[in-house]
Amino acid sequence: MLSGRFFRPLIAAWLVSLAPTLSAATTLAAVASDFTKPMNEIAIEFQKATGHEAKLSFGSSGKAFAQIQSGAPFDVYLSASEKYPLELEKSGHAVPDSHFIYAIGKLVLWSATPDYVDGQGEILKTGTFKHIALADPSHAPYGVVAEQVMESLGVLDKLRPLFVMGENISQTYQFVSTGNAELGFVGLAQVIDVNSGKIGSGSGWIIPDNLHSPFRQMAVLLRTGAENPAALALVDFLKSPTALAIIEKYGFGLPK
Amino acid sequence: MLNASDLGALYLTFKVASIATLLLLLLGTPLAWWLARTRSHWKGVINAVVALPLVLPPTVLGFYLLVLMGPAGVVGKFTSSLGFGTLPFTFTGLIVASVLYSLPFVVQPLQAAFTSIGEQPLEAAATLRAGPLDTFFSVVVPLAKPGFLTAGILGFTHTVGEFGVVLMVGGNIPDRTRVVSVQIYNHVEALEYTQAHWLAGILVLFSFSVLLVLYTVLKTQPVAHPLK
Amino acid sequence: MTTLLARFRLDYGDFKLDVDLKLPGTGITVLFGHSGSGKTTLLRCIAGLQHAPQGLLEINGQRWQDSEHGLFLPTYKRPLGYVFQEANLFPHLTVRGNLHYGLKRIKQNSGTVKLEQAVELLGIGHLLERLPGNLSGGERQRVAIARALALNPDILLMDEPLASLDFKRKQEILPFLSRLHQQLDIPVLYVTHSQQEVAQLADTLVIMEDGRALASGPLAETQSRLDVPLAQEREAATVWQVSVTEHETDYHLTRVEFAGGSLSLPAVDTTVGTALRVQIYARDVSIALEAPTATSILNVLPATVTGIADGRDSQSIIRLQVGDQALLAHITRKSALLLGLQIGMAVYVQIKGTSLLN
Repeated sequence: MLSGRFFRPLIAAWLVSLAPTLSAATTLAAVASDFTKPMNEIAIEFQKATGHEAKLSFGSSGKAFAQIQSGAPFDVYLSASEKYPLELEKSGHAVPDSHFIYAIGKLVLWSATPDYVDGQGEILKTGTFKHIALADPSHAPYGVVAEQVMESLGVLDKLRPLFVMGENISQTYQFVSTGNAELGFVGLAQVIDVNSGKIGSGSGWIIPDNLHSPFRQMAVLLRTGAENPAALALVDFLKSPTALAIIEKYGFGLPK
Repeated sequence: MLNASDLGALYLTFKVASIATLLLLLLGTPLAWWLARTRSHWKGVINAVVALPLVLPPTVLGFYLLVLMGPAGVVGKFTSSLGFGTLPFTFTGLIVASVLYSLPFVVQPLQAAFTSIGEQPLEAAATLRAGPLDTFFSVVVPLAKPGFLTAGILGFTHTVGEFGVVLMVGGNIPDRTRVVSVQIYNHVEALEYTQAHWLAGILVLFSFSVLLVLYTVLKTQPVAHPLK
Repeated sequence: MTTLLARFRLDYGDFKLDVDLKLPGTGITVLFGHSGSGKTTLLRCIAGLQHAPQGLLEINGQRWQDSEHGLFLPTYKRPLGYVFQEANLFPHLTVRGNLHYGLKRIKQNSGTVKLEQAVELLGIGHLLERLPGNLSGGERQRVAIARALALNPDILLMDEPLASLDFKRKQEILPFLSRLHQQLDIPVLYVTHSQQEVAQLADTLVIMEDGRALASGPLAETQSRLDVPLAQEREAATVWQVSVTEHETDYHLTRVEFAGGSLSLPAVDTTVGTALRVQIYARDVSIALEAPTATSILNVLPATVTGIADGRDSQSIIRLQVGDQALLAHITRKSALLLGLQIGMAVYVQIKGTSLLN
């Protein structure tokens, strides 16, 4: 049995930890997994600035979409695409006209091997690799954009037999980082070194925006969060200069 | 209802499950036999290793297989040195992953069946001029038949139902490594719910029928009992 | 005469086996002892089911184990037959399948003949298509014996084949074993803790205790050894093998002879020449210094005292030689003193009663 002597400090600690949340509110956000790193930092700044706490659930945008449709208790939804938030507004799960672009995704053709990928992406035309990794275009926004890039370069049909597809962008990164795929299309946030602002390891080509349609990542306020002051504050905070600086630092473009 | 890629996934799934089950029985039988008979200190360790896939999340197992079988991994270096290249994203890799993932589902029923046979029939066979291998096929296999059926069916259905590992190791390549479970997942992610329902329905119906056979029909069969 | 040479030493800490036996190559040799005496372990070592680290085993001049030269023939290469305590039939095979299992694995043609004989001998012809699960305990044990015999083995090893059966089943099988005894030309090693089975079956007796062979030799010889606890028991007896010589129908008596003499028994309905076993309890034997002229006791035989020991409750145990047979008598110590019995004395024994074992 635990003695009272042991218990009392625990209870005290719990009460203390409870104190700030009594005055502030908590919100639960579903966040696309490519936005993991910046969002963790934004949540810390958010709490410092507003006193509210943002709890984060990372995962594939499609999964979160299905969960929200089935009544998951998320207040805010940061999707990796525009499709799902607009769909949720239409279906009534989100607050009408609450959607906004919070970041522009940047794609990188990356390899774990240094000097493998050149600065122009010529390797896509000349390379003799066996596998090229990308997120599954059937549902992952990064995959859709990656296909557009290959199409623009005229190598899509040639490369299609070499595709290995990750369920999401994180898995795609694992395929490439373990060397099982010689190269692949990943998010800039995954490979950027935040101190230098350059690709941290291996070699990569940051793909110019003109090779694909704009990769806009959209957020939306959900019905469950409509009355939650913390949710409303988080939506505002995502547009604040503090948040935008963090977003840019991790290699995302800023909404115009 | 089902498109060509759904059918491809179904066909691939049954091909993978059939080959994996065959290999599982070939590998699992001697392993289970050893585990059932040994008094070695290693028994506990090997038992635990075999059971690991039961506890490890499939994506975790898949990730480590990806690392191990990749160009920098121990297994990957070995297969490359043999001239097979690396295994992830190949049919062979899928089989290897499936075999590892389903191993406890084959080894454990076999081990239980072998253990329940006990020492006596083996000794009887030895006094009747049957050597060890002869004894195994003429006495152990028939007595452990329910165990083999259970192991085979569980191994097969579990391979059919696996998802996390194949997703990780397979790379979701149509007709090569995209099995039904991954295909269903893709449909769900792409919001193609009708397609997903059809495939999932087939999978559930199949698994249910097989398990029904296992738990009703086989139950009525004689099971290995202590000799009298 | 072929012999069996068995020398084993093993040490499991709380159990040790240390034997050095030379046994006859014919008849039934019973390994007798309490549980834990090592009799089953010895049998299993002989079969090769257990591997004694130190062992020398020779049967009919063939070495099956010689640990000094690293020789250990695995069980399945030893031409033996083994009957387990629990019949140990294969449950997935019919009786026929069980009988043929070993037969298919030996390379001689005499097998089927032996099988037919075994089926006949054990009376299991009507059971051939049954599965072991549908047999009684006694039937299963008979099939197990036939299965071992069908192999035409060089030696038959039986590990308490009756121990798991109730009294009725035992009585059902014992006659088969007695018949075996008469018709089999191979040595049998038979493990039991039952004195009844010893009396009914043994030609040679090995008494085991604490992993050692206390005594071994011809049945009556060993039964009457004074250095063995058996002679001390209230039920102590010697068993003689006799054969019928004539019937005295007027008196309802049968005359039988043994090595070195003859006895009268209550009439036995059997032909002249039949071999019988007669058990004589030590308490039924009394001793006289001179041939009693007027006595109601029919069986009065000249004998020589070969041993004297103290028994329990003021009893003396006297060991005697009658013809070529050993005999045990329990008399009071007072009588022994009054008679002045000494080793080597010529006396007369009066046998008050005998019991026929088969």
